[in-house]
Amino acid sequence: MKFRAKIVDLACLNHFTRVSNMIAKLAKTCTLRISPEKLNFILSDKLASGGVSMWCELEQENIFSEFQMEGVSAENNEIYLELTSENLSRALKTAQNARALKIKLTNKHFPCLTVSVELQLSSSSSSRIVTHDIPIKVIPRRLWKDLQEPSVPDSDVSIYLPALKTMKSVVEKMKNISNHLVIEANLNGDLNLKIETELVCVTTHFKDLGNPVLPSESVSQNRHPEDMVEVHIDIRKLLQFLAGQQVTPTKAVCNIVSNRMVHFDLLLDDISLQYFIPAWS
Amino acid sequence: MKCLITGGNVKVLGKAVHSLSRIGDELYLEPLKGGLSLRTVNSSRSAYACFLFAPLFFQQYQAASPGQDLLRCKILMKSFLSVFRSLAMVEKSVEKCCISLSGSNSHLVVQLHCKYGVKKTHNLSFQDCESLQAVFNPALCPHLLRAPARVLAEAVLSFPPALTEVTLGIGHGQRVILRSYQEEEADNANKAMVTETSIGEEDFQQLQAPEGIAVTFCLKEFRGLLSFAESANLSLSVHFDVPGRPVIFTIEDSLLDGHFVLATLLEQDPCSQDLCSPKPCQPVPQKEAHSTPPLDDFTNDDIDCYMIAMETTVGSEGSRAQPSTSLPHVSQPSHDLAPSSEEEEEAEPSTVPGTPPPKKFRSLFFGSILAPVHSPQGPSPVLAEDSDGEG
Repeated sequence: MKFRAKIVDLACLNHFTRVSNMIAKLAKTCTLRISPEKLNFILSDKLASGGVSMWCELEQENIFSEFQMEGVSAENNEIYLELTSENLSRALKTAQNARALKIKLTNKHFPCLTVSVELQLSSSSSSRIVTHDIPIKVIPRRLWKDLQEPSVPDSDVSIYLPALKTMKSVVEKMKNISNHLVIEANLNGDLNLKIETELVCVTTHFKDLGNPVLPSESVSQNRHPEDMVEVHIDIRKLLQFLAGQQVTPTKAVCNIVSNRMVHFDLLLDDISLQYFIPAWS
Repeated sequence: MKCLITGGNVKVLGKAVHSLSRIGDELYLEPLKGGLSLRTVNSSRSAYACFLFAPLFFQQYQAASPGQDLLRCKILMKSFLSVFRSLAMVEKSVEKCCISLSGSNSHLVVQLHCKYGVKKTHNLSFQDCESLQAVFNPALCPHLLRAPARVLAEAVLSFPPALTEVTLGIGHGQRVILRSYQEEEADNANKAMVTETSIGEEDFQQLQAPEGIAVTFCLKEFRGLLSFAESANLSLSVHFDVPGRPVIFTIEDSLLDGHFVLATLLEQDPCSQDLCSPKPCQPVPQKEAHSTPPLDDFTNDDIDCYMIAMETTVGSEGSRAQPSTSLPHVSQPSHDLAPSSEEEEEAEPSTVPGTPPPKKFRSLFFGSILAPVHSPQGPSPVLAEDSDGEG
């Protein structure tokens, strides 16, 4: 099992750092899947995450100038590692103005992902090298089936999201009033966030958001465009998702499966993020 | 005793007090002929710090009223620090600072003369005390490195703020290595990230130490001196010896000098101290001679090479690090090197052997308390004793 990669372009490095910061906010512990073409950050819907799952994918050649990997075996040319997301983002934070960054799978006292940063400081004539050894756990083959790309469900409504920062500030205030909220949307570009308690109901309406064209219209053919489809979810999970979004996405879609789950599908330049929140139970 | 500090020096004094506050809870103030000395020691006696401000630092300096003995006192660090709590405020509005101590007055008086005629007077109660004297001599330390404080401050930036201990040593190619120190964790899952910074020898003004030497000390206490030295734009000298012997940090300029003496871990496990062990930069697989330059390693290192090298150094994995300090008079009950019999001694006993030390320094004491037979130090010189003032 081998993995070595190098980043020399500052823009790529910043991009990768931003992704890792986002992952650190979305999941305390996550799985990193390394395959010849891609890197994935995965959170599977275990009990520990409360049913939330996440699938983040990036094309390695868009980030790394050098990339070599050898999986567990020839037929299974992949590597699955479990790590604490914050460690990676902290390590990358020290690489702000690095000349080069290398990531390797190593084994020094314990298996780790070694991030090696070469800094050129104006104050010093020689390079400064900072190395971080991030402890990892190699995930055995038999558990890989639980970590596959989740199938995108047939949603009842698909709608473009409003500005995530606005959503976040709204949901943050709502969190103080209720533990769960209703997210509902229709095919007319309307999205509502609703909370309801004994004393008060608060609804925030977003209009004219637009709906992406769905490939199969069969499900929604019978649906009146004004009809709202809703799902009850845990507010904190929604807030955690929104808090992780520091950058405006290139594309942000919300798919709702009536009373079952909400699926967020984001595109951040060339990196895709899918986040699934199940219905409140 | 009476001294007057003006202008920018007030902030310098304030910063010095801030650094001392990272170490101990009590400040020993002692006016000497050679200047005003501010000292402190931590509760477990594993760290000692001292600043000496030369008479030239002050606009006026009078160590003692004529005919009077030199007074010295001990104040609560918190109280003295509160005078200089906000350095920004001190810099902006304090024009003069006057510190006076007289036999007749029961308080140490610190008066800040600020802008717009505002005068703040602090009356701090103190205790008489014996001179806090640490016995150490940087000249006896065989190893030395010296660099502008900025170099070390930048290196320390990559460590998490919460990190307690750090290992400093010399690696391949005479590079100075700073590595975060972790105690051996039984459970792999709880392991913390290990961060290491490597600095080229060109960044050091002086570097006299062999490859492979490494000492581990408390980063939190060191940060205090580092930030002072960096703000004063001074060079920092690090004098050290073998693990277990204290490391001495010194700074000096024409107006002041500072010494921070920190205990180091007595490490028996070679792995964590082994800064020359195979690292990404300098792979040393068993079969090949190592000649790879530190920066161009990409094609050479491999997880397999590490595993081979690791197997040969893992021999002493079993023995948990035997930490102790170089202050044996405190930690070893059998060596009663500090006569604590003076009547006037202040009510601050040495750490009683057997008392569970604060968790932070557990690693520095536990080994020697549990296993006095190991007595690694023998009758080594006492680092800090409450003896009657010889100086």
